[in-house]
Amino acid sequence: MDLQALAVILDSALRLSVPLLCACLAGLWSEKSGVVDIGLEGKMLIAAFAAAAGAHASGSALIGLAAGIGASVAFSLVHGFAAISQRGNQIVSGVAINMLAAGLSAIVGNAWYGQGGRTPSLEGDARFGDIALPGADAFAAVPVVGPLFREVVSGHALPAYLAFLAVPLTWFVLARTRFGLRLRAVGEKPAAVDTAGISVPLLRYAAVIICGVLCGIGGAYLAVAQAAAFLPNMTAGKGFIALAALIFAKWRAWPALGACLLFGLLDAGAIRLQGVSLPLIGPVPVQAIQALPYVLTVILLAGFIGRAVPPAASGVPYVKER
Amino acid sequence: MTPAIELVGIDKSFGAVHANRGVDLAVLPGSIHGIVGENGAGKSTLMSILYGFYEADAGEIRIGGKPVAIRSPADAIAHGIGMVHQHFMLVETLTVLENVILGAEGGTLLKAGAAKARAELTRLSDAYGLAIDPDALVSDLSVGLQQRVEILKALYRGADILILDEPTAVLTPPEADALFALLAQLKAQGRTVIFITHKLREIMAVTDRVSVMRRGEMVATLPTAETSPPALAELMVGRRVLLRVEKSPREPGEPVLEAIGIAVTDAKGVERLMDISLTVRAGEIVGIAGVAGNGQSELLEVLAGVIQPSHGAIRIAGELIPPHRRNPARLRELGLLHVPEDRLRMGLVPSFPAFESAALGFTGDPAFARPAPFGALFDRAAMVDHTRRLMDGFDVRPPDPWLRSSKFSGGNQQKLVLAREIERGPKVLLVGQPTRGVDIGAIEFIHRRLIALRDAGVGILLVSVELDEIMGLSDRILAMCGGRITGERRAEGTDAQDLGLLMGGVSEVAA
Repeated sequence: MDLQALAVILDSALRLSVPLLCACLAGLWSEKSGVVDIGLEGKMLIAAFAAAAGAHASGSALIGLAAGIGASVAFSLVHGFAAISQRGNQIVSGVAINMLAAGLSAIVGNAWYGQGGRTPSLEGDARFGDIALPGADAFAAVPVVGPLFREVVSGHALPAYLAFLAVPLTWFVLARTRFGLRLRAVGEKPAAVDTAGISVPLLRYAAVIICGVLCGIGGAYLAVAQAAAFLPNMTAGKGFIALAALIFAKWRAWPALGACLLFGLLDAGAIRLQGVSLPLIGPVPVQAIQALPYVLTVILLAGFIGRAVPPAASGVPYVKER
Repeated sequence: MTPAIELVGIDKSFGAVHANRGVDLAVLPGSIHGIVGENGAGKSTLMSILYGFYEADAGEIRIGGKPVAIRSPADAIAHGIGMVHQHFMLVETLTVLENVILGAEGGTLLKAGAAKARAELTRLSDAYGLAIDPDALVSDLSVGLQQRVEILKALYRGADILILDEPTAVLTPPEADALFALLAQLKAQGRTVIFITHKLREIMAVTDRVSVMRRGEMVATLPTAETSPPALAELMVGRRVLLRVEKSPREPGEPVLEAIGIAVTDAKGVERLMDISLTVRAGEIVGIAGVAGNGQSELLEVLAGVIQPSHGAIRIAGELIPPHRRNPARLRELGLLHVPEDRLRMGLVPSFPAFESAALGFTGDPAFARPAPFGALFDRAAMVDHTRRLMDGFDVRPPDPWLRSSKFSGGNQQKLVLAREIERGPKVLLVGQPTRGVDIGAIEFIHRRLIALRDAGVGILLVSVELDEIMGLSDRILAMCGGRITGERRAEGTDAQDLGLLMGGVSEVAA
């Protein structure tokens, strides 16, 4: 494989991993605080819709991003209210979020634009353009590294860079700050946090809001950067794959990046392999290739990752013992 | 002298349960103040109110004579109150240092605060002889060391008033002695200690004054020197109680249960039991003494057939039990019955009505089935009748077979489980923690039933973390530590210190 082909695959892997990474980090924040969130998918979907609608209406991708984040945070707070304040079942609430987002985005989209749930195509400033990192062209002449830097690292949209920036930020905040320590503690043993004089609900709401922001970035990326419009169900299960990646990464930020890149690479490989005739096997059906990332998810989760222990209190509403 | 803490007319209800009724309490500064009472008397609730964990429905808290509002643990900490909870409030996945600074980090970034805390922790450790590795994960520490972290946590926050809720439940006698020495040291510095326990011996040993609670009310506060264990027990229960169990000597008969070289390895590959051999004879009570978590639970479960040994053999009434028959149902048929340690987890199903819980393990009994051809269906009337008889025989209150199992008090749940097993006429009875979380009145009753059972010729293996109970009931005592039997004593030839050493792992051979 020549360098150009490799660069194309890596670039595509990076692009495909962005929404996964956003959702995965979002899940990490939520679950570290003790709130299980299977509504990542729904939040990304509603964010994608709101971002596309916002960008279309305003003609600004940034306003679209803000709208996406706003919608996603609003959904997060609904989940937070059910899970934290009302101590409801977090799985049920998450499922409800997913169904609500799928239905709402399609129906409202159809009512507003009459295009079968699609939003109108975004053009110009209403879409995030690719950002050329400084030096991308200057170093292009450097063998191997130069082209790879220009093709793979440089030239992504703003939400993508936000997503990758969120990795070190997440690690730093969780590992090195007061807020991070409290957050890690509240997901393991909320009673210890409570008796230390810290509010359990406030911490969990904070985590849930951060989760909403990250899902919002992921959704906006899908509709306003990767594609140029919202399509019904455009998240296509990425929120769930992100949960798998989260387990794969054992609830840690850097491994989450690794897991999402791996899933992105598989996706990119699958796209590249479509229609290619493999030796001995012959042409592989498109569906089989498309299923590969999901098959890998199942295999990885079934036991190739060793013991993955979730935060002890994740999914458990905090009730003072009586 | 102005009391360090004064609680006036504290009232608290949880739904229909009136946990504290107009409680008054005054604790003198620089003293160790004991609070005794049975389970459910309201001690922990009262302390949780003082610590701001619950808010009182009525009443006032005064600190140093001034009324204060304590609405959250943060308020309590700000007023110099620290609490060591019975169930530790530690995050197991964090280090000792992280646990200590949690809530008192001293800045947005951890780095600076952690360095300061490390120095302070070293100073506290030296001053009080509480050596600990600040970077150890809490999950790797022994229970005794975890308690040390809890105490350091309170001291780090500058607690002048330290509340300890049942602190000795998880300690060996020597560890408990070390804790008492620490409390004396804190008192000498002028700090105030509130010490909650149900062990009267400890009250007598360390406190200056003692308050007694009964059914949510404060019934007395006395200088410890002017009272005695029987007097305190009477105040706790509201009537005279026998603290000593009457027991006549009895010559044991044939072996009914023998364990030979039992070893157990758990799912993580950790050896929980090593080379355990013991014999229980007819008409004898063999007590297993040990600090919780030293293999007693596994021993009970392996003998009852709940878990399988990796090595060793078991005989019942002289007959070797082949591995495929080592399951609870088969062993029951052979007359080995089991009162599990944790009644809420293994003894009964909390959400079932009492008559269903009372049939657990015996659901195949033809007496519970309808006549043919409906033999597959339960005869609920028969089950209810059976339960009513059990309840009469064991004084289970309220005697209502339809009441949910979880609605009974701990003592009555325990009596129901005991009744279920004993009424089946065991040859061997395995009993785990028969009086944990049980009120004194019920303890007396349970002890008498166990002695009666022994006098009737049943072999009993008794596992308990209450050393007094082991010494009071047993004919022979085996001490366990780290999954091994570290020594054997005749009940009349030993005392708490002797057993304490064995429980701490000083084995026969080494001594």
